[in-house]
Amino acid sequence: MADKHAKHKSKYTADRLIPGAFEGETVTRRRFMVGTANAAGAIATAAFTLPALGFALGPIFKSTPHHWETVGKETDFNEDNYVPVVFTLTAGIGEAGKTTAYVRKFNPKIDTDPSDRDSKYIAISSRCAHLGCPVRWVDAAERFICPCHGGVYDLLGKRVGGPPVRPLDRFYTRVEGEFVQLGPRFSVNSELKRFSPRDPGEPLDGIGQYLYPSRPTAQKL
Amino acid sequence: MPRLPKLPAPPLPAALKAPPRRPSESNGKDGPLEGAKEAGISVVDWVDERTSLSGAGRWLMFRKVPKGTNWFYTLGSATLFAFLSQAVTGVFLAMYYRPDPAGGAYESIRHVTNEVFLGQFVRGMHKWGSSVMVILIFLHMGRVFFFGAYKYPRELNWVIGVVLLILTMVMSFTGYLLPFDQRAYWATIVGVNINGTGPLIGPYLSDFLRGGGEFGATTLSRFYAIHMLLVPGLIVALIGAHLYLVTKLGTTAPPWQKAKERDELLEAEV
Repeated sequence: MADKHAKHKSKYTADRLIPGAFEGETVTRRRFMVGTANAAGAIATAAFTLPALGFALGPIFKSTPHHWETVGKETDFNEDNYVPVVFTLTAGIGEAGKTTAYVRKFNPKIDTDPSDRDSKYIAISSRCAHLGCPVRWVDAAERFICPCHGGVYDLLGKRVGGPPVRPLDRFYTRVEGEFVQLGPRFSVNSELKRFSPRDPGEPLDGIGQYLYPSRPTAQKL
Repeated sequence: MPRLPKLPAPPLPAALKAPPRRPSESNGKDGPLEGAKEAGISVVDWVDERTSLSGAGRWLMFRKVPKGTNWFYTLGSATLFAFLSQAVTGVFLAMYYRPDPAGGAYESIRHVTNEVFLGQFVRGMHKWGSSVMVILIFLHMGRVFFFGAYKYPRELNWVIGVVLLILTMVMSFTGYLLPFDQRAYWATIVGVNINGTGPLIGPYLSDFLRGGGEFGATTLSRFYAIHMLLVPGLIVALIGAHLYLVTKLGTTAPPWQKAKERDELLEAEV
């Protein structure tokens, strides 16, 4: 038996005069039962909370495979003006999954950016870089104009007025036989440097590309 | 809890009062009619004996209210009834609604509006009632602010109220997509992208709302689940907490109501 008045309590329950204590026992049965019940509750809660949370957050980390959509024949497009094409971006939801792009042939006189040199076609997304409304190409003004908040872009999709924070997004293009196909979207900064696709309203100049990181699952083409 | 004193009989005119029973008549508790009259009371008594709910009911309903309370104090209850109206009409709209982005959602709303008996009316109640609820919340908030009713010890109730305001805004945002017409679709695109403009977490937040990088097959059903399951549950729970604190802490007197001087109190007692 230990001295009751010892400064430090013994770790053995038997030494602490707890009734029914076993030799060498360090955890009281009451403490053991409380711990077991709490642990069982925690496990049961985690068993349905964690899968549900993962289910809800999963889409953020889901990567969607690239797909190419045929939008017309090579003869449909020219160097001087845009032709609007409507194609399916998200399958399975009908009209809501379609989007519009403005397509023209590569024109060495205006498309002076080195990264554009390899593409035979330029496809500009109609999704406004402000908040995602659909812009339209106004031929007479040679401008893309957004109906929602007055964003204005020039022939190359660079912002010339209104609230947008970066130029219009573009789509990768390729030619299969005689058909022109559009692939995944990419975003550009004000110097038309290419970036992984960002949502509208997210600037890409200066610190912007770090404040608005791209999707962790975005695949490089 | 001390027993409440028995309330005095209401001041009825003499013609309406039941005549006192004569000793020769029976005590009137034997007939079937009397038994039926007693049945309701005995059911309530039976429940109360096993739950003691009448005490909680008295605590909630028969509170002391300060002098000078006026119509502005009813704005909170008005908001509550606007929410109840939204809840009831929403449940019945859910019986017809199909969260199908390939055309079914719009079609089901069109069906409710044009073909279901009283459908246009109930949908109208839900649609316009949502605006009414938001307006009432701000009026209620203004009353609490200008009457200084957010001060100690009621700060926590203000905080709960602000969370309820945010949840109501989430309801408005998610409910706006459900008709799935052009206005709903583009308003949601813009709204989600506004979410995305928050630095660092913005892109993840908008991906979470859309359920992916683009407006996709599950976006509509996500919004529907948030609109009719997740947020209403939270709102009901927080309204419960809000009402508990209102009952616990009592109502504030309007700011122009001055407390009685000690002398006046003493005179009143004399």
